[in-house]
Amino acid sequence: MALVFEEAKAKIIEFITSKAKMKSKFYFNDFTALFPDEKGRDVKKILTQMINEETLVFWSSGSTSMYGLSGAGKHADGED
Amino acid sequence: MAKHKTPLLDQLESGPWPSFVSDIKQEVAHRYANPKGVDFQIPAECPDDLLGVLELSYVEGETHWKHGGIVGVFGYGGGVIGRYCDQPEKFPGVAHFHTVRLNQPSGMYYKTDFLRQLCDLWELRGSGLTNMHGATGDIVLLGTSTPQLEEIFWEVTHNMNNDLGGSGSNLRTPACCLGESRCEYACYDSQEMCFNLTNEYQDELHRPAFPYKFKFKFDGCSLGCVAAIARSDMSFIGTWRDEIRVDQKTVAAYVGGEIAPNAGAYAGRDWGKFDIQKEVVERCPSQCIRYEGGKLEINNKECVRCMHCICVMPRALKIGNDRGCSILVGAKAPILDGPQMGSLAIPFIKVDDDYAGVKEFIEATWDWWMEEGKNRERIGETLKRLGFAKLLEVTGTKADPRHVKEPRHNPYIFWKEEEVEGGWQREISDYRSRHQK
Repeated sequence: MALVFEEAKAKIIEFITSKAKMKSKFYFNDFTALFPDEKGRDVKKILTQMINEETLVFWSSGSTSMYGLSGAGKHADGED
Repeated sequence: MAKHKTPLLDQLESGPWPSFVSDIKQEVAHRYANPKGVDFQIPAECPDDLLGVLELSYVEGETHWKHGGIVGVFGYGGGVIGRYCDQPEKFPGVAHFHTVRLNQPSGMYYKTDFLRQLCDLWELRGSGLTNMHGATGDIVLLGTSTPQLEEIFWEVTHNMNNDLGGSGSNLRTPACCLGESRCEYACYDSQEMCFNLTNEYQDELHRPAFPYKFKFKFDGCSLGCVAAIARSDMSFIGTWRDEIRVDQKTVAAYVGGEIAPNAGAYAGRDWGKFDIQKEVVERCPSQCIRYEGGKLEINNKECVRCMHCICVMPRALKIGNDRGCSILVGAKAPILDGPQMGSLAIPFIKVDDDYAGVKEFIEATWDWWMEEGKNRERIGETLKRLGFAKLLEVTGTKADPRHVKEPRHNPYIFWKEEEVEGGWQREISDYRSRHQK
């Protein structure tokens, strides 16, 4: 079944918000687990669209990448 | 005049090798002098403060860089690595010190005007310090601030026909040897394949969705100038499947001392007369070479394509004509479980113009790893955890004796139903007709 953007987006935001007290950054696999019947590439398209509309942001240590809600979590001074 | 005293760093300059400290000091002096009157967009003191914070780290034995951050250019999840200093008041020039990775040209060929553009850009919008090239192969631009990132990206993509490289859980910037452009040993066009796959997998390069990093490297032959077998999750190594071409007359010329072995390398001292028995025949790892009666014979069936004989006598021995590449999977550095070399998955594949077979293998491998890989698990670790046979299964690769590394440790064979004639179902009456209760 193809993912509907708005529905998938709401589910992703709800998931991130429900974990907000514990953590602010999530692995890609955390999102594929939300949609067990969908292909990883389809989930990626939703996440990319959410990045492009600036709902989500990438976080990177340099070696690993994660996704988080824009503005969530602690940031260094000057970190956008 | 440098801001910080750096006695520990100064000591590093006393060794016999070129020193990065000397290089940074040169840039410190250049930026303070600013002979071209550049309107620096990040503090002129940036390299100076870099030396200062490094000296402090040496004194204290602790790093003053924070771990990661949210920086990048719009829509990209890699290519920029956020670095923030945890002593910004002491070292304001490196409060932000982000790294930018640019995709290096295949084979690292440059035009001088490109290099000038690059240096001018980095003098204006960065620290002036570069790393040509990083261990990844990228052009590494060291140290800039967040507001400069989009400006740099615009300049690089619009005026320099270049792009960011990979970082994080992305496909990393693919790297290749210089291949057919200069090398007679190249068994396929490694530059072209690198370029093609880089363009094909732009989404994987810039938008992270893998469990961890994934590297492609392309070696035109098994001599491995980019060391693909040890440094990439998927290595493409040129090989051939017919015979090494032997020119017996030229072999005789090597034996007779008319041509210097190893193309004249190692000529710095007298190693004595060339001894084909010791230097070629006995060096063959699969012992498939014989030199008798002035004739060199190679049992190509047993040849493992190490190319030692070809390197010793390059004018007499040439790579075969039926060329392609081998694909190996799973090399990695020793963060978990120690280092691993790549395991041979595809012994030989023809490298055609559209790379269809190669891409089919890549995508099947990725689909499996994205499904089964744990977070921060390299594919080499997934292979070890789930077994090499699983990779063969998901990529539709028929098992071959060349896949066998060592005798198996587990004496049991767990058959699948589809592998057993008649499956798990059987007629009990048929069985009872032959076996009493």
